Amino acid sequence: MSLLAKPNDRMAAVLDQQQNVDMEEVAGRSLWQDARIRLMRNKAAVVSMVILAMITMMAIFAPWLSSHPFDEVYWDFIQVAPNVAEGFWFGTDENGRDLFVRTLYGARVSLMVGLVATTVSLIIGVTYGAFAGYMGGRVDNLMMRFVDILYSLPFMFFVIILMVIFGRHIFLIFVALGAVEWLTMARIVRGQTMAIKKKEFIEAAHASGVSTARIIFRHIVPNILGPVIVYMTLTIPQVILTESFLSFLGLGVQEPLTSWGVLISEGAKVMESAPWMLAFPATFLAVTLFCFNFIGDGLRDALDPKDR
Amino acid sequence: MSVKMTPFKHLKAGMLAVSIAVSGAFFTAPDNVAKAAGTLTFGNMGEPASLDPHFISGVWESRIVGNMFLGLTTEAADGSIVPGAAESWTVSDDGLVYTFKLRDHTWSDGKPVTAHDFYYAFQRILAPETASGYSYLLYTIKNAQDVNTGKAGPDALGVKVLDDKTLQVTLEGPAPYFVAQLVHYTAYPVPSHKIKELGKEWAKNKGAVSNGAYTLEEWTPNAQIRLVKNPKFYDAENVSIDELIFYPQEDRSAVLKRVRAGEVDIQTDFASSDLKWLEKNMPEYIRIAPYLGVYYYPLNTSDEILKDPRVRKALAMSIDREILTDKVLRTGEVPAYGFVPPGTGTYGQPSEVPWKGLSKDERIAEARKLMEQAGYSKSNPPTLRLSYNTSENHKKVAIAIAAMWKKALGVKTELYNSEVKVHYASLKTRDFQVARAGWIADYNDPQNFLNLMEARNLSKNYSNFNNDQYNTLMKKAEIEVDMEKRDEYMREAEAIAMAELPNIPLYYYVSKNLVNPRVKGWIDNPADVHHARYLTVD
Amino acid sequence: MFTYITKRLLAAIPTLLIIITIAFFMMRIAPGGPFDAERQLPPEIEANILKAYDLDKPLYQQYFIYVGNLLRFDFGPSYKFRDFSVTELILTGLPASMQIGGMAILIAALIGISLGTLAALYQNQKTDYAIMGVAMTGIAIPNFVVAPILSLIFGVYLSWLPVAGWGDGSARNLVLPVISLALPQIAYIARLTRGSMVEVLHSNYIRTARAKGLRERLVVIRHAIKGALLPVVSYLGPAAAAVTTGSVVIESIYDIPGVGRYFVNAALNRDYPLVMGVVIFYATLIIIMNLIVDVIYSFLDPKLRVNG
Repeated sequence: MSLLAKPNDRMAAVLDQQQNVDMEEVAGRSLWQDARIRLMRNKAAVVSMVILAMITMMAIFAPWLSSHPFDEVYWDFIQVAPNVAEGFWFGTDENGRDLFVRTLYGARVSLMVGLVATTVSLIIGVTYGAFAGYMGGRVDNLMMRFVDILYSLPFMFFVIILMVIFGRHIFLIFVALGAVEWLTMARIVRGQTMAIKKKEFIEAAHASGVSTARIIFRHIVPNILGPVIVYMTLTIPQVILTESFLSFLGLGVQEPLTSWGVLISEGAKVMESAPWMLAFPATFLAVTLFCFNFIGDGLRDALDPKDR
Repeated sequence: MSVKMTPFKHLKAGMLAVSIAVSGAFFTAPDNVAKAAGTLTFGNMGEPASLDPHFISGVWESRIVGNMFLGLTTEAADGSIVPGAAESWTVSDDGLVYTFKLRDHTWSDGKPVTAHDFYYAFQRILAPETASGYSYLLYTIKNAQDVNTGKAGPDALGVKVLDDKTLQVTLEGPAPYFVAQLVHYTAYPVPSHKIKELGKEWAKNKGAVSNGAYTLEEWTPNAQIRLVKNPKFYDAENVSIDELIFYPQEDRSAVLKRVRAGEVDIQTDFASSDLKWLEKNMPEYIRIAPYLGVYYYPLNTSDEILKDPRVRKALAMSIDREILTDKVLRTGEVPAYGFVPPGTGTYGQPSEVPWKGLSKDERIAEARKLMEQAGYSKSNPPTLRLSYNTSENHKKVAIAIAAMWKKALGVKTELYNSEVKVHYASLKTRDFQVARAGWIADYNDPQNFLNLMEARNLSKNYSNFNNDQYNTLMKKAEIEVDMEKRDEYMREAEAIAMAELPNIPLYYYVSKNLVNPRVKGWIDNPADVHHARYLTVD
Repeated sequence: MFTYITKRLLAAIPTLLIIITIAFFMMRIAPGGPFDAERQLPPEIEANILKAYDLDKPLYQQYFIYVGNLLRFDFGPSYKFRDFSVTELILTGLPASMQIGGMAILIAALIGISLGTLAALYQNQKTDYAIMGVAMTGIAIPNFVVAPILSLIFGVYLSWLPVAGWGDGSARNLVLPVISLALPQIAYIARLTRGSMVEVLHSNYIRTARAKGLRERLVVIRHAIKGALLPVVSYLGPAAAAVTTGSVVIESIYDIPGVGRYFVNAALNRDYPLVMGVVIFYATLIIIMNLIVDVIYSFLDPKLRVNG
């Protein structure tokens, strides 16, 4: 979207606006259909979706994919390298538990955390940021000071107190992570909103009495989706790794359950003596993030109103 | 950041910055291995809370301060107790009055060390307004507890200066371990003249006055502490190493890399998961030795399920300690069937659990029977929460034990980890069922371990164990002068504890050091004290 | 502009006060106290200590004592490191963190923006995929894995650089920590830049500008970069505050005497005055950074000129 409004760009800006108006009128219901078709034409995104679906299926059907239960301790196979004969395809951990099935169980937690916390942060961040940016003035000022406050509060105590009040529950992870990760998202969205809200098509909508909520969600949000999607794909690795820090505090997953973040931080400590403990979970995480990234890029391209 | 820059300039500037950084690094000669021959470096595993002996509580602090100060008695190279600032002493026949004759020696600023300095130090650490956390170790001294809690004035304390070189200490009861206790930092002298002059700041700056083999040269928080040889030390001619550097770094695998690169000579702890690698690649560095400490699980005897001694016994019996030490920990820890580590004081063989002689299968069969008597079975198992503070080792042990309980008894265990402050806060309020705890001896005496199960020890009797017979035996031991009888009382008490099992002992600790072979004179010892004055480097 | 900045700075005072108040009570609700430890203190000794630190007084009184001391710029003593005051600890740690963090964020901004721009210019071509592949790897591998690997390779195997240690901040000791800190930031910034740059390059005014025959390069320089920087700047504000205040992971792996470790360790130790000290310090930085971001907005886009 245009972020500059030099006089000689006015022409372009008008063109832009018309295109958006067209989209509003013509696209209607077919907007999402259209996007889906274009997404499906993006090879990288499709391959990524297939891989992600496979990882998800493996996570769901983990108990049937390995002959070893995820919490079974094998005293005679403590920290052994991958051993196909015994069915330890990824080797075992320091307690002699099968790393393959644990990596798949870890996928359950990490994928859930990544998706749910990111969605929470997306919804709060976009709504909050767009509203602040659109309203501007005193409202914006107050809302942004609130963001400053949340940025500054010690995250750890926030988490500990949640735990004290609500007890330990895995859903607290989502709440805790979602509640902090939306801040930067809100600031980015606010910046973008401020940049486009003075545009003619927004002002026109405002003048013709369209409600604020409708302006924000129908006119502003679709036009700032690019940075939003990119930042969203960046949030996923952040929440997945932060989860391992929460586990350290005792808020995250509890043994014998595990997550990729926990597996990787355990593996990092023994990277020379037991490299498999780092390599396998790290590969899974990396592949997953690549997939999210390509899907994100594909989505962005598919939803871009200008390319339609 | 200037936004007027073009992207291409950005790119160039960025590349330039990186190439400067890289070339600067790569073309400098690698001198990080070379080190002055007279310097010894420690991976000390913790930033000290203080260097004032009255305000410390950890081994990493004691390692530094122990090189700076000399108590009335001190440790030899092998950890045994030898005269320090006191040349000699006499004990009255009732074992209550100790008279110490001080050695002629001075503080690092040249002022003589006198009995007044010791008197001052005892008064200072025990004054309530000093708020020293570890002062209770000195409660063996007459009226020390009353002075410390403000119930008696300072004059009541059983410490007297007979003359500049003679100090007399009267005890609350006969405590044969008193001389051993005096090696502890709570009994170090402090330079009264400097504290009066500088106040709280006296111990943190270059040239802080001390009476030991080394003095403080530099303390940069979280970076390093540097000590240099004290030329005024009474035995300075036999001190070979000129400089000690303590790095506070806590990350064990990061410190191990520094040991490998030669940046650190002595690493004071390493991860058991690294042992296999170490044995293969640098076996000459490994120093594992028995350590006076016990790792145990307190069971909350106020809990509905755990108040039944049969359940406690069954839980204790179904843990395979040999698997724990040989397979899970793998660093030479000793399976614990009693509570007092072997080799403690004159104690001899601890009273172990009566079922130690049974085979593993017999133990499990017996444990199952006990659970059935208590009303549980594999189809109707109890659920227990096992709390531990976050750490690799505690986690491994907890997972292993949960697996053993599940297999042998069907007990469902919920593993519950929390950060260390929360863990100990819940132990303090007894808000737990099964928990992880450990105890490292403050001084070499069984009483130091067995008082953990005395009902009057409110702060540390986590299991709320309250057994009249046990309490009586411990009180009898406290006032007994005859060492043999005293040990006998305590062995009887320990036997009760091992039958009732308020605490399940799991294993006895070992000390795990990595010592560069260029360091000579290192002698493994159960106190894990290795003063640098006895060491040399090539 | 000047009135705007003054106004914002004045508004910082109530914001800070709110942060201080919430943080103060929040950390006191959390279970565990500064003197809970493996060696539990006998009650009478704990009483001595609590009294020495005024912790035996009612909480609201402690709060007023604390705020009263703050007005005299007295941040109190550290409970854990009792020979040092909070001010001393933060001031001795700050230079190291600032030096490493400042260099890292600067390098990250320069390289990240350059790479992101480059990738956008060659969107969906090999250059793009190569750059974004590297960037995603940078994001997927957490710094608690990268840092040990770097010190293993350059410190242990090759002996080119110190494994860890500060060495009074000599260049050799800085290299690895700066790289480890900068790597993920480069990746984030490159991703964000690419995303918004693609967006801007697709917009009509750039197309128009090209059609008018301006050279591609000039187009990029004059128009695109400014617009594309907006979300990057939004991200950089809080990121710069976070990076320059140090990272507990980097500082503990490389043994750097910075302030980053206090953010986690002070909280773990329940060292209340030190927690408050770092919270206030960080809050101030966040407020200033976000103010700078808002000012930069108006340079990037005159339409966003803030009104005093």
